[in-house]
Amino acid sequence: MKNAKEVVVEKSLMLIAFSAIFMLFLIAVFIFKEGSPLIFKIGLKNFILSAKWSPLEGQFGILAMIIGSLWITAGALVIGVPLGLGCAILLSEFLPRGITAFLKPTIELLAGIPSVVYGFIGVVVLVPFIRERFGGPGLSVLAGSIILGIMILPTIISISIDALQAVPRSYREGSLALGATQWQTISMVTLKAARSGILASIILGMGRAVGETMAVIMVAGNAVKIPNSIFNPARTLTTNIALEMGFATGDHRAALFATGVVLFVIIMILNILANYAFGKRK
Amino acid sequence: MRIDPKVSQRIMVTVLSLATGLALVILFFIIIFILSKGIPVLNWKFLSTFPSKMGKAGGILPTIAGTFILTLVALVFAVPLGVGAAIYLAEYIREGKTTKIVRFGADCLAGIPSIIFGLFGFILFVVILKMGWSILSGGLTLAFMVLPTIIRTSEEAVKSVPYSWREVSLSLGATKWETIRKVVLPNAVPGILTGIILSVGRSIGETAAIIFTAGSSLRLPTSLFDSVRTMSVHFYILSREGISMKNAYGTAAVLVILILAINLAAYWILHRFTKRNT
Repeated sequence: MKNAKEVVVEKSLMLIAFSAIFMLFLIAVFIFKEGSPLIFKIGLKNFILSAKWSPLEGQFGILAMIIGSLWITAGALVIGVPLGLGCAILLSEFLPRGITAFLKPTIELLAGIPSVVYGFIGVVVLVPFIRERFGGPGLSVLAGSIILGIMILPTIISISIDALQAVPRSYREGSLALGATQWQTISMVTLKAARSGILASIILGMGRAVGETMAVIMVAGNAVKIPNSIFNPARTLTTNIALEMGFATGDHRAALFATGVVLFVIIMILNILANYAFGKRK
Repeated sequence: MRIDPKVSQRIMVTVLSLATGLALVILFFIIIFILSKGIPVLNWKFLSTFPSKMGKAGGILPTIAGTFILTLVALVFAVPLGVGAAIYLAEYIREGKTTKIVRFGADCLAGIPSIIFGLFGFILFVVILKMGWSILSGGLTLAFMVLPTIIRTSEEAVKSVPYSWREVSLSLGATKWETIRKVVLPNAVPGILTGIILSVGRSIGETAAIIFTAGSSLRLPTSLFDSVRTMSVHFYILSREGISMKNAYGTAAVLVILILAINLAAYWILHRFTKRNT
């Protein structure tokens, strides 16, 4: 009897273990089921290469949102990557372990702060600052990029530190013994050895930036227009869904799910790239 | 011209320190800004009364209740699944294809944006399964979101239980499942708890996925099929629609204090736990 019980337990645990995969599959199925018919109806080319989005007239082109997402994500990386990488190098290579052990969780606190709080800080502090300094509405690509750049810091810092600390000590010792300074060792040896992990951290940070919704809604201005300067407002793929989901019906709702399909595909590509970068590390 | 390595070293240390300093300043600015504007609004009345005029006046009682109920429902679904998956990965199979696939699935799930979870939860739970905007729809959607965190942290926790402890139990005649239940799990509890606490943090801060699945009713729920509004959603609506900046700051302060407490608790448990096992 005992053996039968053991077998039942093992089999049920196996089923449970696949729950994450199953959930991922379920999400893909439902998003595609709702969104892809519209893409087929109007054609993929018309959907992603047209900038005309007026749901009431049945025009569903998301080019402006794709470019909006690109601009804001690129801006977030320009701000988040140097800052995050700089932090990671200092914490991992220069500071004593004890201080790093305290500072790393402190910085990871940034990841716990709700995205609406970031958006709110953006609205009450950053947007007025941009409006007064540079003119324009303030709600802009720049505001979105800065807020997202801050939001991706914990991802980049935390994963890069792990990657740097995984580099064997002997690599550094070899370089230092040859008379290189600490910075020469870092730039020529440690960073090179850790580059796959660092790359993975950047890809995951990018995924977070592409996927962020509430903070961007609050600071980016949301205009359906291809931005031609960083001081222009922009709408991203995520905010397009969140802004109109509350009242959309019929084809309009299907178009929002189709936007979700595009977003899902982008995120899965980034996930696979990050996974590949991690795999290369070993 | 070549820069003297000693000079470049000094320049880089300065630059890196500035980057780290800036990141810390931003973090503390956010926390202090929200707390300094929000704490003056906080008092017992704010926490224990209903909002009136859509949140323009009164307190935030139903949103506190909504946040906790939704989080609880999410954990009820996600914890057994996550811990079960972790036990299977750590105890029943070797590192190999299966572990890789499961881990890849969990990583992908962790990377899915919350708005996609919102769309999914809306179409499956709210529309197709006819649960409407409800605690159940929102809680199930959240369960999907926190599952990867629980799998990851529980797996680490289970793995950190020393191997010899299992051998002792097995040599006394216990079966594998008995060993897991009576030896491995009790000792993995602190690690699992850390994962749960971090999931609570994620649930409290979530907005995009919840607003389309749990709705935004300001009443106290009486069943799992009632709509609720969480603090994050309430804060978003108050500030976005300009209803009341004062109450928005108050709600934000409660959120930030909760998040700080949760992170401290998770850190404390993990710290004690790792110290004990080494």
